[in-house]
Amino acid sequence: MTATELSPKDFKSKINPDWCPGCGDFGVLNGLQRACAELGIAPHTIVNVSGIGCSSNFPGYFKAYGMHTLHGRSLAYAAGVQLANHELTVIATGGDGDGYGIGGNHLTHIARRNVNLTYIVMNNQIYGLTTGQVSPTSRPGAKTKSTPFGNLETPINPITSAIMAGATFVARGYSADGKHLTELMKKAIQHNGFALIDIFSPCVTFNKDNSYDFFKPRVKKLEDEGHDTSDWKAACEKALEWGDTIYTGLFLQREQPTLSDLEPVLKEGGPLARRPLGLSTEDSARIIKRMC
Amino acid sequence: MSSSNNFDFAISIGGAAGQGIATPGNLLSRIFIRRGLHLHAYNAYQSIIRGGHIFLTIRVRNQPVTNHGDKLDLLHCLNQDTMDRHLRLMGPGTNVLFNSDTIEPSEAGDGVQLCGLPIKELTDNNRNKLLQNTIALGAMMHLLGIEFQVLQDVLTEQFGRKGQGVVDENVSVARAGYEYATANFKPLENGAPTGPKPLAVWTGNEALGMGGASAGVKFYCAYPMSPATGVLHWMAKNAREVGIMVRQVEDEIAASNMIIGAAHAGCRTMCATSGGGFALMTEAIGAASMMEIPAVYINVMRAGPSTGVPTKTEQADLWQVLGASAGDFERLIVAPTDALDAFNTLPELFNLTDHYQCPGILLSDLLISEGTFSVDPDAINLQPEINRGKIVTEPNEDPDYEFHRYENTDDGISARALPGTLGLTHVVATDEHDEDSVLLSDEFTNPLKRRKMVEKRARKFDDLLERIAAPQLQGPADAEVTLVGFGSTEGVIAEGIEQLTAAGVTVNQLAVKWIVPFHAEAVTEILSKANKTIMVENNHSGQFFRYLRSETGITVDASIRKYDGEPFMPHHIADGVRELLAGDAKIYVPEQEIMV
Repeated sequence: MTATELSPKDFKSKINPDWCPGCGDFGVLNGLQRACAELGIAPHTIVNVSGIGCSSNFPGYFKAYGMHTLHGRSLAYAAGVQLANHELTVIATGGDGDGYGIGGNHLTHIARRNVNLTYIVMNNQIYGLTTGQVSPTSRPGAKTKSTPFGNLETPINPITSAIMAGATFVARGYSADGKHLTELMKKAIQHNGFALIDIFSPCVTFNKDNSYDFFKPRVKKLEDEGHDTSDWKAACEKALEWGDTIYTGLFLQREQPTLSDLEPVLKEGGPLARRPLGLSTEDSARIIKRMC
Repeated sequence: MSSSNNFDFAISIGGAAGQGIATPGNLLSRIFIRRGLHLHAYNAYQSIIRGGHIFLTIRVRNQPVTNHGDKLDLLHCLNQDTMDRHLRLMGPGTNVLFNSDTIEPSEAGDGVQLCGLPIKELTDNNRNKLLQNTIALGAMMHLLGIEFQVLQDVLTEQFGRKGQGVVDENVSVARAGYEYATANFKPLENGAPTGPKPLAVWTGNEALGMGGASAGVKFYCAYPMSPATGVLHWMAKNAREVGIMVRQVEDEIAASNMIIGAAHAGCRTMCATSGGGFALMTEAIGAASMMEIPAVYINVMRAGPSTGVPTKTEQADLWQVLGASAGDFERLIVAPTDALDAFNTLPELFNLTDHYQCPGILLSDLLISEGTFSVDPDAINLQPEINRGKIVTEPNEDPDYEFHRYENTDDGISARALPGTLGLTHVVATDEHDEDSVLLSDEFTNPLKRRKMVEKRARKFDDLLERIAAPQLQGPADAEVTLVGFGSTEGVIAEGIEQLTAAGVTVNQLAVKWIVPFHAEAVTEILSKANKTIMVENNHSGQFFRYLRSETGITVDASIRKYDGEPFMPHHIADGVRELLAGDAKIYVPEQEIMV
């Protein structure tokens, strides 16, 4: 298939999302469907992996090979798929609780390994599927069902965390700006290495603080500021800004060989998953000789 | 004492961590297997890098050997502590080697030959402390009646890559030890014989690595944990040659889930850990079951609970693996009996997990995994039969075709399709789902569909038992006593039975290898005809005792249980049977004599 033959509806499954009307995740789904269509990536060559949460229902709505897995483990599954078949396009999708809370450890390590996949986090700063508890990105003071008197903790900053962990592509999007989001997604998918896009995806039901009204006047695109995406210090400074201005766009991009590029076993022979199984007679003889 | 007809000789080397016990152990193993002698080595050690007490026992026989035996024939003390701890265990006709410059022998029993080696003199005051080990090897060759050239050859091989200087130094001190022993010590009456053909040697963990490689594992993932780390080491060392991707990842949670991802993409995948790491893997095992993706998990049991005793053995994770993960689902569980059995079991387990699209668990323990075993190289088949089960590989060009990954088939097994195949896109999900992968868990909850899918997954296993060999009774059918055990105890129980038989007590054994599926009918048939039944297991609460009862309704008459971290010795079994036959006690707990 070529790019001209694909349209966003080729990435639409038979199921309609069960997200609340107005949920930011709709914009993310539309953005990814457009990005994949515009890049001309056939659905059967994509694996969309998710964990648990409202946004983790994504693979059900996005037509591709899908894995809807355990809470917090999407990156472990996604890395397994990517390393086993490095010719596939692997896209992990999920929420802030799934990716920065229960799955936070995997994010650090997949970033430093530079596994070639795209990770899209729909960050709504709340636990939605469990009906509104505090999340690792909830603001200090946030009143939720689990912090009725206000959140005492400092939120994680996904952008600086990913940069510090060694991620080679770190961006932030806003679900209400579909055009910008689609462009970010295309760049992320084309990036050779681990790409994180943290996306403000408002929860209209459980988070009244971080609403469309909150983000609309604040979000500014880095592209309009002349930001240098190779400057990690500037990227961190911009990422830490959280007031009247909150930046979206590409913070950092670095060229670095991916784990699949470096892995000698993948140098020739195609994807591991497509290779014949078992040992050759020569391998067998050599192994046994060493035991004698 | 041993005659050349029945050579049975145990060498122990004791010292502190860092004193270099592994190298002489490996050199001795090479010497014996090349001579065609069988061996089993057990290393009693602690979780430290320097200091403490390490006690390596290599038992050599001219017939197959499954355990480290009951007695020591030659003790090599690398420090005073070893002398003080173990000299009392040495009986008539045994030999004790030690550095007479620094170690003072305590009171020795009658007939023990104390072989003091003046190390300073023999090394010409060389300050390399490890040379005392090489000198002792020279002395051992004399005692065992093995020509010096044999040692020279393995030393040359071992130290060759460190340069000719190192080889020469070692050969020269080894010769000094050999000559000093020839002049001063009486050799064994009957030295080490030669077997009919040279053998090979491996550890259980190496056998597990090789078993996985032979089964076609292409992706191996792990987090280091004793005593399972040896599998990772074998994999890492051999990965590039045999085309396996090996990853050490952030934790067991990542390892256990990552292998499912790689398995979904189409690889055969495996990971290994011990009980604590397995606890972290359990959620993934349920996920593999629900998504119907085959993957193999190895749990090398060590003494628990929690971090427990990291370097000691136990069979106490039976209920953990039976209950691993939430929900009601089938997982295959197999407990092989030794290194060769573990090697042969993995390809069988992979064929079953591929066929049934389910997780498989292999239960090993420290005794098997870190034990060293001789093996006939001709018995190692690295090219076993491989069956991958139902996988659709043909692309589908019809744009309206909808692939149903979880089709409700007669046998419950639905075909897999690997990502990348045109026209077969689908979702695999850990939430309950319908045949077409649509989730049932949220707005679509439907009791009829839920029931259908539970039954579909369960139905897959209807013919499972037919694919697994039933356990057989070993020994005379009408024996006075039937001993029952699972996994690694088979060999030591068999040798305990030999001792009892020689003393006029008739005993047979039912050794169980497959835990799930469990041949309840065959086991019931055997045990209902038995006279007195005694369970032998390496744990405190009788985990297999209780499992047997739950699957068959049979309560065995008595138990021999050991839970001090050390494995059974044959006489522990024999003593236990005698005592349980003589009295009314229900449980016999053997006392461990070797303090390590």
